[in-house]
Amino acid sequence: MIPQPFEYARAKTLKEALAMIADGAKPLAGGMSLTPLMKLRLAAPERVVDIARVPELHYIREESGEIHIGATTIHYEVESSPLLRAKCPLLAETASRIGDIQVRNRGTIGGSAAHADPSADYPAALLALEARICVVGVSGEREIPASQFFVDAFATALEPGEVIREIVVPATGDDTGWSYQKAAQPASGFAIVGIAVRLRKESGRVALARVGVTGVAGKPYRAERVERALEGSAGSAADVQHAAAEAAEGVEASSDLHASADYRKHLARIYTMRALTTALSRIA
Amino acid sequence: MATTTTKTEPLIGKRIKRREDPRLITGTATYVDDIQMPGMHHAAIVRSPHAAAKILGINVKPALDLPGVVAVFTGEDTKDVGPVPCGASLPGLRVPHHYILARDRVYFVGHPVAVVVATDRYIARDAADLVEVDYEPLPAVADPEKALAPGAPAVHPEWPDNVAFTYHQEGGDPDKAFAEADVVVKQRIVSQRLIPSAMETRGVVADWRPGDKALTVYDSTQIPHLLRTLLAGALGIPENRVRVVAPEVGGGFGSKLNVYAEDILMGFVAMRIGKPVKWIESRRENFMCTIHGRGHVDYYEIAAKRDGTVLGMKLKLIQDLGAYHQLLTPAIPTLSVLMMPGLYRFKNIKADIVGVFTNCVPTDAYRGAGRPEATHGVERMMDILAAELNMDPAEIRLRNFPEPEEFPFATATGLTYDSGDYAAPLKKALEIIDYPRLRAEQRLARDAGRLMGIGISTYGEICAFGPSPATPAGGWESATVKIEPSGKVTVMTGASPHGQGEETTFAQIAADELGVSIDDVLVLHGDTSVVQYGIGTFGSRATAVGGTAVYFALQELKEKIKRFGAMLLESDDVSVTNGQCICNRTGNAKTLAEIAGASYRAMKLPPNTQPGLVSTYFWEPPNFAFPFGAHIVVTEVDRETGDITIKRYVAVDDCGRIINPLLVAGQVHGGVVQGIGQALCEQAVYDENGQLITGEFTDYAAPRASRVPWIETDHTVTPSPVNPLGVKGVGEAGTIGASPAVVNSVVDALKPLGVRHIDMPMTPEKIWRIINKGTNA
Amino acid sequence: MKQTINLTINGKSYSHEVEPRLLLIHYLREVVGLTGAHIGCETSICGACTVEVDGKAVKSCTMFAVQADGSKIVTVEGLAANGSYHPVQQAFWDEHGAQCGFCTPGMIMTVKQILERNPSPTEQEIREGLEGNICRCTGYQHIVNAVKAAAAKMGA
Repeated sequence: MIPQPFEYARAKTLKEALAMIADGAKPLAGGMSLTPLMKLRLAAPERVVDIARVPELHYIREESGEIHIGATTIHYEVESSPLLRAKCPLLAETASRIGDIQVRNRGTIGGSAAHADPSADYPAALLALEARICVVGVSGEREIPASQFFVDAFATALEPGEVIREIVVPATGDDTGWSYQKAAQPASGFAIVGIAVRLRKESGRVALARVGVTGVAGKPYRAERVERALEGSAGSAADVQHAAAEAAEGVEASSDLHASADYRKHLARIYTMRALTTALSRIA
Repeated sequence: MATTTTKTEPLIGKRIKRREDPRLITGTATYVDDIQMPGMHHAAIVRSPHAAAKILGINVKPALDLPGVVAVFTGEDTKDVGPVPCGASLPGLRVPHHYILARDRVYFVGHPVAVVVATDRYIARDAADLVEVDYEPLPAVADPEKALAPGAPAVHPEWPDNVAFTYHQEGGDPDKAFAEADVVVKQRIVSQRLIPSAMETRGVVADWRPGDKALTVYDSTQIPHLLRTLLAGALGIPENRVRVVAPEVGGGFGSKLNVYAEDILMGFVAMRIGKPVKWIESRRENFMCTIHGRGHVDYYEIAAKRDGTVLGMKLKLIQDLGAYHQLLTPAIPTLSVLMMPGLYRFKNIKADIVGVFTNCVPTDAYRGAGRPEATHGVERMMDILAAELNMDPAEIRLRNFPEPEEFPFATATGLTYDSGDYAAPLKKALEIIDYPRLRAEQRLARDAGRLMGIGISTYGEICAFGPSPATPAGGWESATVKIEPSGKVTVMTGASPHGQGEETTFAQIAADELGVSIDDVLVLHGDTSVVQYGIGTFGSRATAVGGTAVYFALQELKEKIKRFGAMLLESDDVSVTNGQCICNRTGNAKTLAEIAGASYRAMKLPPNTQPGLVSTYFWEPPNFAFPFGAHIVVTEVDRETGDITIKRYVAVDDCGRIINPLLVAGQVHGGVVQGIGQALCEQAVYDENGQLITGEFTDYAAPRASRVPWIETDHTVTPSPVNPLGVKGVGEAGTIGASPAVVNSVVDALKPLGVRHIDMPMTPEKIWRIINKGTNA
Repeated sequence: MKQTINLTINGKSYSHEVEPRLLLIHYLREVVGLTGAHIGCETSICGACTVEVDGKAVKSCTMFAVQADGSKIVTVEGLAANGSYHPVQQAFWDEHGAQCGFCTPGMIMTVKQILERNPSPTEQEIREGLEGNICRCTGYQHIVNAVKAAAAKMGA
């Protein structure tokens, strides 16, 4: 319940934050990932920099067909953003399925991505959206595709001294279908399986299929076999079933008290089928 | 000047809002952790990370060196206090000496090894990490059946077979019944370990006054008086110099019906440091170190005639006791045996209990305490028998109930069921749910390939504990009622409510008996220096036993009021009604305030009458009370994922006369949801090495609002003849009725696949595996 | 090591020197003396510690007091106004939404947020809204009734 002592500073600007992070301070935003670990003494940073109120990290805005989401944007803001609900509903729907009201009121998109919990919800959507993670350090900025960002359980492509600045997702139109479907772990609410789907149809055929999977394995992944099987098809029930069967092929699934590897792989197929079906039904 | 307000409308049976709620909804109630005292210190406990290990050495110096730390105590320091008491006695029971801090060996993960005392909660926590304990890990055993196997690690080296006791009970002629039966069905049924998970963890504040040689202990407990007696003994302090206060208590469900090592330890620490000390259990400690419930492996056999008439039952019950006996640990499975016949005419029974030590935290009373396990067993077996005979589960139950005129009904286990019309709630529930239509709907659903199930349980329970000869510490309850000089009414009860609402229900009883406004009545409880001795709140006993004590105290008080009234009204024909004493001939009346004033002023006294208006009554119940009811559950199983959805839940309970329907509904809802929790998602899981896997709410799945159904409640009312209020008890009924109803429903849903039994919890993965293999799990 | 924080709690200003690691729940309960919010777990699951920070319901056991520097906080003690209970408090009383009462302050703060964002929730929306609050006593049904009753009163 009680963390070890640490030093705390609140950054007023991004520059200030980066200097402290470069100096070894651990960034803290909503604290939904870091604080519980500190309370259980599984994490014990000596210095913490609070970046929650850095103005340069907090926004949702549209620029040339893309939506930029500042790292400290809380899940509730994503869930309720009129812009995202209209133009990137997959991300809003995913945010609405995270934790509970209180967690969504504190937790941030950047914090969730940086923590890279293999059962977190966001990574599935970020993969399906082919999001770009813009990270910044004292030496400058770089962009990492979501597919390269999540390296392993609790491990990302962030280098020491770097912090997520924003996440960029495509603005989608009425021709796009989406769905996030989740089997929640009954105690924690984390995803045993979470499937995010983004689909586009052109002239009656599935022109684009993107499927992000969380919870199933040690890290989130794109179910590319599902995508390939579905693209070019008419998206019939049989096509969906055929494609969804590939959702966990070749994947080394996790196993724990709440779901064995077999069951996770099975659920991955079922929830992929359900997410694809819902996404197809949502194409205007 | 304050006076009593009269009223004429009875309150018993009315939906009265709770009188305890204003402090709860405003956040101004005082739970143990809310208590602050000048100079108060904080304790943190160093606990074993191993399920079994030798302690080779403990180095407390690094902890003592931390500024703010005032003391560290180990098992060497505390070896002469305690032990943690076991209040249950069974023939041949092996009772390990339960030191309050481990000495040379630890027996379960979380076993307390040392206590650190500091000026500040945070420093105490830091210092706990600095205590160095050198362990030599030993093999452990966490599964009771494995503990019984030859060659299993011995939990206590002195008893290598891990058997704490065996217990045999027989009634009628079971062997003959089985020999004559047309059909015998058998099943192994598991009631998994559960974690009670009261939202408030345990906590203690101990305050030693050296000048008075007196100890005050604020403790989140269900049994302040018993705790006081046992603490005094464990600490070697005269009992009259120990005061225990149960302040606001945030739920118990049996887990606070106990005396724990930490209760004694905080008294010890307070006496040693001469300052008040506080210890608040963390949730992880609560899951590791506060008792668990259930933990049965049961082997059932029942014998019946072809027409479904039951003849006999045999039960082999393996009870996972954990590493020690807490207050009632070994007694709990004997309650299962008492209730094993359920509501049916099983005239021949045989039961054998084996109590098994494991390297786990002890099991003890958790909501229902032995009866949910028994009811789950018999209700599952009735369904298995019905399936075997191709009978409807409602029909087989109706065939085997005793008739209302057979009460009091003697069971083969030696109980006398007080009153009952067991068919009535079942018939009512069948009607509410429109059973024939529901079965027709199920046939259509099955034709369409859907897995829809209908499950029934008709439960009975033993509650209102109980006649003193049948209990470890006395089964009576006490009440004092006093009319203050102003006419206000104060009730002091030995019951110790912690959410049940007796500040309201007992006020209803008093207000009705005296004919005063409920606003003029105050109910006090939980403080041993305020309340005469008492037993406490558990076993669905508070209203049936404690409420009855209030009732009888009021009768005595009314007699005294009448004596003063007769004197003041100069009449020998008076009665107490509407907050007055009235002369039945003239209609002249004196208010309670006038009578109270006269009784305390005592200018003149009636013959052989003491001044004042106070009455104390200790009521000894002549029997238990036996509530019953019928729950019907409709479920649907998702064939693809194994997810279970409860579509409807109908609970028709008979808890005797109802004092407050609002509170009864609350008890039923809460009980049912704990039963649903056991059926669907709750389980305490230890791995093979005795590590608790479900150590936090992140892994132990306590039901959330979104996972539980709307519960439709109704009642039949069969008053209990055991007490003049006619009440039976309702605190545990929902839990007892729920788990078999839910499991029976899911088994029914999967019946087309050949499924006959499913053990709890029925997790989606388990169901998915059954669907895919079509076998039992 | 200690840092000064200034904040407003239930309309009153406070200033204290605190250790950075002091959790907001401990600050509220032990420094300020507002013991309405409770601690029911260590893992941000149970919601007994829920308070409002700058208009948002949060779990105060998973926030450091220093993070709340400059914030406006409302706890269950701050809800009643002018001698009358907040409609959510009143509804919990009327509908028997509390038994042991330990989860109740956190429940009430969460329900307040639910109704601010969705003034007339369905039963399913209410139940989903309560995902972050565990009650072990009531089976949630009377809490659901209380939310409905409060919604009706606040909408009226």
